[in-house]
Amino acid sequence: MTAGEMKDPRELRILAPTAILGYGFPVESFETGLARDPHVIAVDAGSTDPGPYYLGVGESFTDRSAVQRDLSLLLEAAVSRKIPLIVGTAGGCGAAPHVAWCRDIIEEIARDKDLSFRLGVITADVEIDVVLKALKSNEVIPAGGAPELTESAVVASTRIVAQMGVEPIIAALDQESDVILTGRAYDPAVFAALPIREGFDRGLSVHMGKILECAAIAASPGSGADCVLGIIRDDSFILEATGDDRRFTRESTAAHTLYEKSDPNRLAGPGGILNLEHCEFIEHADGRVEVRGSHYEPAERYAVKLEGARRVGFRSCCIAGVRDRIAVDRIDSILDATRGQVEEMLEGNSGDMHFHVYGRDGVMGKLEPERRKPHELGLVLEAVAQTQEGADTLCSLMRSTLLHLGYPGRISTAGNLAFPFSPSDISMGPVYEFSVHHLMQVEPEALFPLTVYEIGPARKAI
Amino acid sequence: MTKLTEVARVIRSKNAGPYELTLDILLKDAAVYETFRSRGIISRASVAALYGVSANEVMSVIYFDPAHAIKVTMKRRIPSGAPGDTDVYGAQQHMPLVDFEFELGDVPAERG
Repeated sequence: MTAGEMKDPRELRILAPTAILGYGFPVESFETGLARDPHVIAVDAGSTDPGPYYLGVGESFTDRSAVQRDLSLLLEAAVSRKIPLIVGTAGGCGAAPHVAWCRDIIEEIARDKDLSFRLGVITADVEIDVVLKALKSNEVIPAGGAPELTESAVVASTRIVAQMGVEPIIAALDQESDVILTGRAYDPAVFAALPIREGFDRGLSVHMGKILECAAIAASPGSGADCVLGIIRDDSFILEATGDDRRFTRESTAAHTLYEKSDPNRLAGPGGILNLEHCEFIEHADGRVEVRGSHYEPAERYAVKLEGARRVGFRSCCIAGVRDRIAVDRIDSILDATRGQVEEMLEGNSGDMHFHVYGRDGVMGKLEPERRKPHELGLVLEAVAQTQEGADTLCSLMRSTLLHLGYPGRISTAGNLAFPFSPSDISMGPVYEFSVHHLMQVEPEALFPLTVYEIGPARKAI
Repeated sequence: MTKLTEVARVIRSKNAGPYELTLDILLKDAAVYETFRSRGIISRASVAALYGVSANEVMSVIYFDPAHAIKVTMKRRIPSGAPGDTDVYGAQQHMPLVDFEFELGDVPAERG
């Protein structure tokens, strides 16, 4: 697992089994990847896409059995081959409860499969006081469209994590961790750590990581559930799909570089910027793509991205359809009247009401330019209040008021809504929103503590 | 009039973090890309008109040569997953671009 054991010191092979731990991968394709003798297996488990709830409440958005299945195959392969396995952003969000959840799965597999290894665990939680102090020292700036950070937003946050770069992972490799589990990490970091540690170009390493973190999503046909091998050399890296029916093309690779980023020419990450203005994507005849010219520009001061979520209340919802043409034509005034009557009943303590009108603009809201007349509407009544009971009450009143609302021109006086379900209302639990999405200047070593655990030795000693 | 779907291979939308929505247009070939680039067919003004927002809400229009791609980033009106949001992943906000029609031969040479 160290430089001395590498077959070829000028080449490192990184196996990326799946886009997100728990999304799965074909065993055959994984074995094809293993047959290429990788130096490390790395997988990213995280994303902010599923929204603020999972960070706020401390739950994984991936399924436990699915994660266990993936990890079981990865652990057995890595431990038996004595190559490191690096898992980034445990449990999807990488806060302490997510790390504990994933660590528990790893230890369970180790017991079941009788595996022994050194497990390096790196956490990424940031104390509220640390953020407040940085805020006072003007060391925090908004990232990607976020508003200026306020003290109250920090204090209200249930959890704040920071995205680690490669440095804490390299430290864990230096401590001879066989398996590394990290809290929130910059997605490419788990793939770039070993190459950077072994002296490969930082720009190429991070760019390769940026593509490998989504595994075969960047291949053609794309898939979030198949393996990719990244091969890094001194002046380029190569992407190789291990699934039989998949290949990398110039287009699929270049297109992926755009994915989920606002500026593809300059991608900001922990400690610097990946500059891709002059990078080249070269398509090889064997279904592989070679990338050159990715360039890393270190920042003047090291900064990491913080992510935080706060609870804003509890939600209930009700799903119903409207087929009556007269009601469909007047839906705006009907919903306005419903809102007004409910507010009056609750005397201003109602909470937040939202009406999602599918068939009209349920998906795009105010951005919807299409004004074609629908023949039916799907409604989602959304009620958000300070307690679950309050949200349930609000939702119930929205539903009953709308169901029997009299409106001008009404000819169907038995009820305005078609419910697909009984009961019609759903208590949805707490609602979170992102409270922190900011860059904070730090000394990276200070934020991401490493603990190394010996897994399985007691059992071995018996 | 030419439709964007006639010259683009991919038209998609997605979150770029919780506060931004990013739209990708991958054009079919280098010649079309160069035409778009030199004529500024996709600009902050044209995107603002398509989505019925002010040009200030369109944060950037960036041309990315290696992928023959144009990337448009807009500010989200409601952050991902906050109450009232309609698309947590931001993956279904691309249709106004799909319907975009333009004169390939007769467009102002103004750059986005």
